[in-house]
Amino acid sequence: MSADHLPEHPDFLWRNPEPKSSYDAVIVGGGGHGLATAYFLAKNHGMTNIAVLEKGWLAGGNMARNTTIIRSNYLWDESAAIYEHALKLWEVLPEELEYDFLFSQRGVMNLAHTLGDVRESIRRVGANKLNGVDAEWLDPQQVKELCPILNISDNIRYPVMGATYQPRAGIAKHDHVAWAFARKCDEMGVDIIQNCEVQGFVKDGNRVVGVKTNRGTINTEKVGLAAAGHSSVLAEMAGFRLPIQSHPLQALVSELHEPVHPTVVMSNHVHVYVSQAHKGELVMGAGVDSYNGYGQRGSFHVIEHQMAAAVELFPIFARAHVLRTWGGIVDTTMDASPIIGTTPVENMFVNCGWGTGGFKGTPAAGLTFAHTIATGAPHELNKPFALERFETGALIDEHGAAAVAH
Amino acid sequence: MLLISCPNCGPRDETEFHYGGQAHVAYPENPNDLNDREWAEYLFYRDNTKGNFAERWVHSTGCRKWFNMLRDTVTYDIKAVYKMGEPRPDLTNEAISPEGASK
Repeated sequence: MSADHLPEHPDFLWRNPEPKSSYDAVIVGGGGHGLATAYFLAKNHGMTNIAVLEKGWLAGGNMARNTTIIRSNYLWDESAAIYEHALKLWEVLPEELEYDFLFSQRGVMNLAHTLGDVRESIRRVGANKLNGVDAEWLDPQQVKELCPILNISDNIRYPVMGATYQPRAGIAKHDHVAWAFARKCDEMGVDIIQNCEVQGFVKDGNRVVGVKTNRGTINTEKVGLAAAGHSSVLAEMAGFRLPIQSHPLQALVSELHEPVHPTVVMSNHVHVYVSQAHKGELVMGAGVDSYNGYGQRGSFHVIEHQMAAAVELFPIFARAHVLRTWGGIVDTTMDASPIIGTTPVENMFVNCGWGTGGFKGTPAAGLTFAHTIATGAPHELNKPFALERFETGALIDEHGAAAVAH
Repeated sequence: MLLISCPNCGPRDETEFHYGGQAHVAYPENPNDLNDREWAEYLFYRDNTKGNFAERWVHSTGCRKWFNMLRDTVTYDIKAVYKMGEPRPDLTNEAISPEGASK
């Protein structure tokens, strides 16, 4: 086939401008969270003289590497509030951004395999309902009806004893989400600057006044850090510490299959989560590699373990093949909750610590972080997620409470 | 998978070990004198180094002894393995490559 037969290259969705010498605000990190923040800064706060700096290409970090699960069935009030707000935004964003990123509300099931799981799950369903989050408890037969390929017999090591179910949860096309935000940001005048690595900060006393990059120094009144796994590296450049640890988190896909899996299934106990992407590949993930790592790859036994869990729960997957595995760098906190707020450096703000759960939070991270940057004070939703909670002890401990381990 | 040289048992698969996070974090000498900020530092703040990182590991299914390791958190190369209580090796002049070290 000659090149003549190829379709025209589509128009780019955003410009690739040269960085200006100064902006009203600079967002470091051109992933989902950085782009959503820029979007809400422009839309809700009228700040359009802003830039998003990305050291690689747009949305090539965790935004390109997650398993795209969106849900809000968290136990604690603070978490339920912010994740449910995110879910409500997911429901309206395709129209608002004029871009159908295939948000598919096919439901998410969190399996229970032990008596402890059952009790925790039923408690969480109750807590969710009180917080206005849709949730129900399913017995094994109802689990089977919703997802016929699941093995609910008691011939496996950890039989399925039931599940929580959130019907409004689901998946979306992660790349398209980033492109949808990027296009709207660009339309409103935001400069998205790729291949622009931050190498340091310019400070006047304790106030940040500029960003040093491989493409020159950019003056700015405000800086928002949205760099996930690399947040500690940036914080160190700025002269403060963050209570996060960066770990590899791996995921994998199979080859394409006919639609066999109608929902999203997560199991904390045997530890795997599985959905089937729109194209047909089975998408799986599990927990982080135990060691600290910035390598965007992990150890194979972690992949092996999650596949073993998947095959036990879904016997037909035994005939599928692993097509590709990869890793991202996730920024974990001790209480498995994000940090969104001010920092010890004046006019510098941070959004990090989302760990393994950042994709679902993208719209709420953007909304609350933009509010924090624009007004200098947190939004009602991110007030509890301040850095200070590690001093006051007001932790939001979602470890084991967030339906899956983070 | 990492191939880790246990100082007592020799090279073994990573699956035999458990991770213990940053090494050389001492318990506060005068705990009663610490303010909330200092307690937060001790409890929740750890270095998150990109590059050579001194960390603790335990050989859970072997000798069950803790030891320290210097590992590059980008390449995952193990630069040195040393015993608890020993200072962090200085790698400025020579690269120490223990037997069985692996990417």
